[in-house]
Amino acid sequence: MSSPVLVSDTHHDVHTDHGHHEHHKQSFITKYIFSTDHKMVAKQFMLSALFFLLIGGALALLLRWQLAYPGEAVPLIGQFLPELIASDGVIQPGLFIQLTTMHASVMIFFVIIPLAVGLFGNLCIPLMIGTDDMALPFINLLSFWLYFLAGIVAAAGFFVQGGAGASGWTGYPPLSAIGGLGQTLWIVAVFLVGFSSILGGMNYVTTVLNKRAPGMKMFDMPLSVWAIFITSVLMVLGTPVLASAVSMLFFDNVLHTSFFMPDNLTVASPYANGMKHSGGGQPILFQHLFWFYSHPAVYIMILPLMGVVSDVLSTFSRKPIYGYKAMIFAIMAIAFLGFIVWGHHMFQSGMNPLLGTTFMLSTIVIAVPSAIKVFNWLGTIWRGSIRYTTANMMALGFIATFIIGGLSGVFMASAPVDIYIHDTYFIVAHIHYVLFGGSLFGIYAGIYYWFPKLFGKMLNEIWGRRHFFWTFIFFNLTFFPMHILGVGGHMRRIHDPNVYDFLKPFQPWNEFITIMAIILGFSQLILFGNIIYTWIWGPKAPKNPWNANTLEWHAPSPPPHGNFLAPVRVYRSPYEFSHPDRADDFHPQWLAPGEVEIEETTTVSETQNTH
Amino acid sequence: MSGLVLDHEPVSGIPHGKLAMWVFLASEIMFFTGFFASFIVLRNANIDLFTNSAQALNKWLALLNTIVLIGSSLTMALSVLAIEKGNKRNFQLYMTITILCAFTFLIVKYFEYTSKFSHHIYPWTDLFYSYYFLTTGFHGMHVIGGIIPMVWMLMRSFTKKGYHNHVRVEVLGLYWHFVDLVWIFLFPVLYLMFPTSYVPPIH
Ligand code: HEM
Ligand SMILES: [Cu+2]
Repeated sequence: MSSPVLVSDTHHDVHTDHGHHEHHKQSFITKYIFSTDHKMVAKQFMLSALFFLLIGGALALLLRWQLAYPGEAVPLIGQFLPELIASDGVIQPGLFIQLTTMHASVMIFFVIIPLAVGLFGNLCIPLMIGTDDMALPFINLLSFWLYFLAGIVAAAGFFVQGGAGASGWTGYPPLSAIGGLGQTLWIVAVFLVGFSSILGGMNYVTTVLNKRAPGMKMFDMPLSVWAIFITSVLMVLGTPVLASAVSMLFFDNVLHTSFFMPDNLTVASPYANGMKHSGGGQPILFQHLFWFYSHPAVYIMILPLMGVVSDVLSTFSRKPIYGYKAMIFAIMAIAFLGFIVWGHHMFQSGMNPLLGTTFMLSTIVIAVPSAIKVFNWLGTIWRGSIRYTTANMMALGFIATFIIGGLSGVFMASAPVDIYIHDTYFIVAHIHYVLFGGSLFGIYAGIYYWFPKLFGKMLNEIWGRRHFFWTFIFFNLTFFPMHILGVGGHMRRIHDPNVYDFLKPFQPWNEFITIMAIILGFSQLILFGNIIYTWIWGPKAPKNPWNANTLEWHAPSPPPHGNFLAPVRVYRSPYEFSHPDRADDFHPQWLAPGEVEIEETTTVSETQNTH
Repeated sequence: MSGLVLDHEPVSGIPHGKLAMWVFLASEIMFFTGFFASFIVLRNANIDLFTNSAQALNKWLALLNTIVLIGSSLTMALSVLAIEKGNKRNFQLYMTITILCAFTFLIVKYFEYTSKFSHHIYPWTDLFYSYYFLTTGFHGMHVIGGIIPMVWMLMRSFTKKGYHNHVRVEVLGLYWHFVDLVWIFLFPVLYLMFPTSYVPPIH
């Protein structure tokens, strides 16, 4: 391969370059708003997604209040809720279903996916493969702003007549096809955010294939990059199918076509007046298209974090990844199988039992690569010298909760079981064990791990650990009891459990869950406080605070425009920790063979870092 | 740009834009696959309706459009060749023809649409027409999406500096062939798919 072109060689040059450009180029707008720099885009994704996390969390607490104390006015903020949806501060059924819909939609489309691929994709890929930026920086900017626009469109739903989308995050027709303006906005938002995903995925695939530093083969890439790369393939192939589904839904909703509207449907809806639907369509068709995307989407939400957790665990156990290639092939297997299991969301919708059995078997098979990953993580930390940093604790928490979520998944994969527990709180428990306990813990691990690189400041470890403990404990107290509710038959998305006699005994549980959820919600403020405090007063981060091996730690913290001070060359695999014949316990990828001390004495690392 | 620019050759040997376009086209294929898959399902469930409604479409206009679009793919390919050879004249010539073809396609589609509307046929009339307007509508938007960069490149080529970015033209060409290909699927699916031997069952 050809050699890199060196534009500015030394530290000094970089500085003069900056000074030179400040006059006419880096205005506030191009630097902070419409920036094409991957680090700035990563920050934008991070901050807006964390903001949406607050909103999504607030929505969840509102609906939890109603479940614990049905018919009681929401304290403090109840009186500010619009009269139409919450009379005297009491949450009405119409608002309740908007809350569940928007909570899930915000969390999935505007928090987890943007953090998992938007933040880590932008942050990790160019830095970890040793290049200056994305392959298509402008597309990158576009991808963020489409996401942001979609967020505004979705949130606007709350301010239009009739309120926000109210058909669940799954948006099943016919309900979603006859909804009002809020529902239409939901559809548009999903389309836009999907487009943003496709553009992002396209960019990540291209960058990984085309911009790796000299010497870096595909199998020299850290697992984070591998995971995001494979996730990008999922996004590129899965999201368009969702886009076609919501396009048809848009037609049904706005133009009154009948792709998903069955014959002879009579609707008692304020929006159905003068409904012109001709009928003949199939609601279940939407479910197939939706889950064809949305099952892969659950892997879009977990795979990048599996990569992040692998890197974090390896660094803080001071051990190479156990079974590096097995990890990669497991990710590939999960991604591939992810495309052929979507029917497990539809056992209850009615399908040929033979087809149901096929979906059941393919779903159970996914447990195999998932288990490979879990065992490899355990193998990685096994007898390592584990450092209990916040990032590592989050990663360990990830494994623990992912195991529970994965096991409940296999349990539900069995069609006869699922027909009973489908659409109950058991599913809600599963979702949160994999998405909160899994994805969000993974995201937190990544944020604590890379914050020093991205912002150049060290997050506070003491408060970080407190954040972990509060979150981990109250997460389990909130969501574990939901398994019990679910097995007891407690349906999801119901406004008032007390109208069902058989659910009355569960009321204390619901109350307990809500109290725990409130504490859980407020514990997240520790993270926000930590970030704000650190941003302003935090100590400066060194170049390689964790003594890690991957290329991003070769760049200054925070990296300047162009990332590295000199072209990077890769000499070794990403996980050379605690090599028995070598003096140092870590050997970064940028270390040339001659620079490695064989056995005993002297420090190689620091002399290397100062370059 | 300030800072370090690591502008080494693309590792895969394929320019960034071209590789990204291939990835994007894979995505586009899945997008239209969603439509075609639904078409199969809904047509099977409403076979009479689909066969009857399809008869009312004007296949000759569609055939004309097919020829126009295939022709434009050819001229697009020629304009790519021309700019690679640095032949400005031919590039401008072929690009102009491509743009004209694209506009012809849209104009014919416009007449097809308005004639449907004048017969009180709208997207919500029946499932077949919902399909017709959905798929041709999205295809038409893709045509417009191709015309914009074509016109831009053509106009740039008339400026003093000229237009020399042959990779971009090639990437646009890829996209344009894809748009053509989608139409080649849509044409038979919408206009030609009724067996001549088919006799609707008597109820
Ligand atoms: C071992 C792996 C897994 C298996 C076998 C599995 C299986 C299942 C099954 C069978 C369902 C359908 C339940 C029902 O609706 O009746 C389901 C729902 C769900 N799963 Fe998983 N799952 C696994 C991992 C994950 C992961 C890693 C995530 C996300 C990060 C995830 C997210 C979800 C979500 C969001 C739903 C609920 C969708 C809804 O709203 O209806 N799952 N899972
Ligand atoms: Cu699934």
